[in-house]
Amino acid sequence: MSGVHAHALHYHGHSPVHRLASEVKIVAMFAFVAAVIATPTREVWAFGALAAILAVAVGLAELPTAFFLKRLSIELPFVIFALAMPFVGVGPYVEVGSLSLSVPGLWGAWNVLAKATLSVGASVVLSATTEVPDILAGFDRLRAPRLLTAIAGFMIRYLEVVVSELGRVRTAIAARLGNLSRRQEAATLASVAGTMFIRAYERGERIHQAMLARGYRGTIPPAATPALPARWAGTVAWIAASWVVAAAAILTS
Amino acid sequence: MTALLEVEDLAYTYPDGTRALMGVSFSVAEGERVALLGPNGAGKTTLLLALIGIVEAQSGEVRVGGVTLEPETYPEVRRRIGVVFQDPDDQLFMPTVWRDVAFGPANLGLPAEEVESRTKEALAAVGMEEQADRAPHHLSGGEARRAAIATVLSMRPDVLVLDEPTSNLDPVGQRELAELLETLDTTQLIVTHDLPLALRLCPRSIVLNGGRVAADGPTAELLSDAALMAANRLELPYGFDPGTIAGR
Amino acid sequence: MHVPDGFINAATSVGTGVVAAGGLGVSLRNAARGLRDFHIPLAGVTAALIFALQMLNFPVLPGVSGHLMGGALAAILLGPWMGAVVVSVVVIVQALFFADGGISALGVNVTNIALVTAFVAWPVFRGVLKILPKTRLSAMAAAMVSAFVSVLAGSFAFVLEYALGGVGGAPIGTVLGAMTGIHALIGVGEGLITATALGTVLAVRPDLVRGAADVELSGTDTVPTGRAVTTFVLTGLAVAVALVVFVAPFASPHPDGLETVAEQTGFASAAQEHPIGGPLADYQVAGVESETVGTIVSGIIGTVIAFAIGLGIVAVSRRRARSA
Repeated sequence: MSGVHAHALHYHGHSPVHRLASEVKIVAMFAFVAAVIATPTREVWAFGALAAILAVAVGLAELPTAFFLKRLSIELPFVIFALAMPFVGVGPYVEVGSLSLSVPGLWGAWNVLAKATLSVGASVVLSATTEVPDILAGFDRLRAPRLLTAIAGFMIRYLEVVVSELGRVRTAIAARLGNLSRRQEAATLASVAGTMFIRAYERGERIHQAMLARGYRGTIPPAATPALPARWAGTVAWIAASWVVAAAAILTS
Repeated sequence: MTALLEVEDLAYTYPDGTRALMGVSFSVAEGERVALLGPNGAGKTTLLLALIGIVEAQSGEVRVGGVTLEPETYPEVRRRIGVVFQDPDDQLFMPTVWRDVAFGPANLGLPAEEVESRTKEALAAVGMEEQADRAPHHLSGGEARRAAIATVLSMRPDVLVLDEPTSNLDPVGQRELAELLETLDTTQLIVTHDLPLALRLCPRSIVLNGGRVAADGPTAELLSDAALMAANRLELPYGFDPGTIAGR
Repeated sequence: MHVPDGFINAATSVGTGVVAAGGLGVSLRNAARGLRDFHIPLAGVTAALIFALQMLNFPVLPGVSGHLMGGALAAILLGPWMGAVVVSVVVIVQALFFADGGISALGVNVTNIALVTAFVAWPVFRGVLKILPKTRLSAMAAAMVSAFVSVLAGSFAFVLEYALGGVGGAPIGTVLGAMTGIHALIGVGEGLITATALGTVLAVRPDLVRGAADVELSGTDTVPTGRAVTTFVLTGLAVAVALVVFVAPFASPHPDGLETVAEQTGFASAAQEHPIGGPLADYQVAGVESETVGTIVSGIIGTVIAFAIGLGIVAVSRRRARSA
């Protein structure tokens, strides 16, 4: 994973999905993922239908196909993970050329592939149409624990600061040692981690001072209520479609 | 001129025994712009934290606009003394510039419309209206400084206290920031190593060294006093002669 | 260790989700109780740091790399509650924004990577520190052991979940063997990094270490000597090998027990979806014994190799430090 640039996730636009309140999109994403996970592995048609439902969301969000597929490719490491399954699974086996592949393993690989792809697709639609602060504000409005969203907010805010700090420290060490081997990297990482924690702590203290200086008294003011419409009706219809597919698949399996 | 900010015999010793402030006294009048100069370790940052009670001075007094600093008045004093910290990454901790600038007024318990109008006003004062919805880590160095100043202006402070406002800025950024500070008519106390900036913006300077006030007077005079400068580890940039530049 | 969507079935995902939500809720309540308000920005920045450290892979074996999980480090530095909360936030943000770990597997990943590691590491760290002389080196050794155990515990939690509702029909014995073997190695890396990181913090700001807040440690201001380092490494090695030998066989009877439980308690849908019930039962009777031995052997070999690598790193860095 090379980039932690949360803003790169966002695709600027003014589509109906962009202009939907973030809490609605969060609920929709989780509901869709639940439908995907509940769908039995072997009902292949159902995954096709779910993909079509996801495609509707991608279309409404006016996301270019190339952008969507590129963002989808971040799941690739797991695809490789899934590909191992036919080789380690138990029988019955099927002969493909000279290979003997486990049938449950093949279905398992399909299961991970299909479900991970659809779920990541749903999360891509969310993060591509919603700025990160909006997503956090959406969780606040959904009554997620404030401590959790507050910590997540600080984490995302300081991610790039910490990553670039870490990069500078590694560069400084590499400059003295020459190019680092992987093994030296590990040693470097170990020595740097402690220093970085102290820096993180001291930054935490300074941020807190800056908060106190502006009248902080224990609660972070919430984001203003959304100017964006909730449009629950359309969203619920979309969610319902995915649930109907899942239910039908469960009944026919 | 009436004194707006008064600091009297302020002393602070860190828990590890380091004596950071050893009886600091000065006052700043309304409308004044004063530079606070001094070498590293002079106690400047401690003083700034002590002004708003983030470090609690063991003795001495801070008064701003007639309000004396004590635990009960922390919220009031922190509204009246707006501190802009050195690293904008520490100052800008909220997910967007808008929410950061609104943070102070929201803590004051103001109604939503008032928070919004103050946030707008503060962003306009530093020319950052366009960047309101951006995340702080996408701002350039100069933009981050201006946003940091806005986060304090939105609380409508009596005194603006700035810690090294021009550090890590390129020369153009430094000039632009100086120009911005000139346009603000709030009383200012500027902690800086940037002596030309002090000369440009502040008719008066206070030199802090070893936790004590070493000098307090017109900036141009202080900067021309070679013995005073050397004794307090102050040094002008190469080739810079304060005598040839019209100070204020 | 980040499980993707579709790897664990719906019922188990929901069940683990409930466990994760409960554990996280309890952690939040307890973290909030001991909370001084500056802990919120601190927790956020620490979460960012752990996220960043997780992005850096370290080699375990040729072709296999692991990354720091950070649960033990977070627990030792921030206490178990805040440690669990911080790593949970990391895992949740990774799943939501970076597709690292599945959305439906959030419960699984929060449980394994954040809750189990933090809750196992804390008592192990405190327990080991209690019986050792109160020195900085002891704290480092305790950190090493607790990090190692926490990673293994996290991998066992995964095996347990896989046994309950894993997809793809891999024999539990194989999964256990592979997970234990690899995570024994990752655990050594985690242990070395956690111990070194803790050593640095103890040397510079011992007041920041929650896990040693009530313990007066000697030697925090000195750099450990060569012999002390050797003793420390050898002690850690012995403990790690002992753990692999004793813990692995103890854990391996679990899968078939769990399979039985799963079938009896109506998790049968899992068995239907991936028909491993029959073959697995046979396999386990015949196979678990040898799997266990294999696990232990691979664990020991792996541990020894990883320690050799670790010693190499120490030797190289010492030589460089001397010549620099």
